[in-house]
Amino acid sequence: MATILVHVMPKPEILDPQGKAVGAALPRLGFDGIAQVRQGKRFELTVDGEVTDEVLAKVREAAETLLSNPVIEDVVEVTVAQESA
Amino acid sequence: MTARVGVVTFPGTLDDRDAARAVRLAGGEAVALFHSEADLKDVDAVVLPGGFSYGDYLRAGAIARFAPIMEKVVDAARGGMPVLGICNGFQVLTEVHLLPGSMIKNDHRAFICRDQTLRVENADTAWTTEYRDGEEIVIPLKNQDGQYVADDRTLDALEAEGRVAFRYVGWNPNGSRRDIAGITNERGNVVGLMPHPEHAVEAGFGPDSREAGRNGVDGLAFFTSAVKGLLATA
Repeated sequence: MATILVHVMPKPEILDPQGKAVGAALPRLGFDGIAQVRQGKRFELTVDGEVTDEVLAKVREAAETLLSNPVIEDVVEVTVAQESA
Repeated sequence: MTARVGVVTFPGTLDDRDAARAVRLAGGEAVALFHSEADLKDVDAVVLPGGFSYGDYLRAGAIARFAPIMEKVVDAARGGMPVLGICNGFQVLTEVHLLPGSMIKNDHRAFICRDQTLRVENADTAWTTEYRDGEEIVIPLKNQDGQYVADDRTLDALEAEGRVAFRYVGWNPNGSRRDIAGITNERGNVVGLMPHPEHAVEAGFGPDSREAGRNGVDGLAFFTSAVKGLLATA
């Protein structure tokens, strides 16, 4: 079993209202000095067997078609998290 | 004959009964369609109503796009069948690529519910022929993810081709690009908008009008447009 991580972020030019809300809340709790917050999504996809190039290609395709909407989001990273027996 | 207008119910759909009522008040026959059945039941048009299909999980409309009924809706829409997506239904239409662009959270980050003035920018779609170009109407607006976004090239194309169907008037309630409230496809048979025409179809239950409280019925012409159009071509 292995887990593939997919990170999806709102496109830089798209306003991120959630990130803005979090950014506004931080100083209220005393966390100063953070200039900007952008909030994205992390997906953990656990697959049976080895992570081959083919599996990764499939996950990348899934990331582009279902996990993200290319109009408003970018898939910023697809990585393998861990291999365990 | 009567025009048969299907109204799709997804898990989490809220406004299917109001949409069906609007169809009936417009003189059409409302036909209940279910997300899990790949069967359009011989309808002549389809309404994708508002709500929170699949809890808005992943993105609004993202999961509903893969419901068995949607394959049939997409085929029918490509063949010219009138399809109207309201609110969450509009989000589904963008996710399934029948309409361009997407919706993100309102720029002010709050849910909003108000009577909203719109300008009809294209009275030549399957759902707007009973309006006049430039006519202003008031129908309810209620959403969280209502900010319409698309890249500038897409927006320029929409404007150039007359595919901006509705624009917010007076105040842009969610930060939508270029005040866009609703759009149509090239052919004019598929229309999506954020505000809710199906909530302004019967005196006593609509937005306030000049004449009396809750008497606004500006949304009814969406449905009479489709019903009359279908009967004219039948």
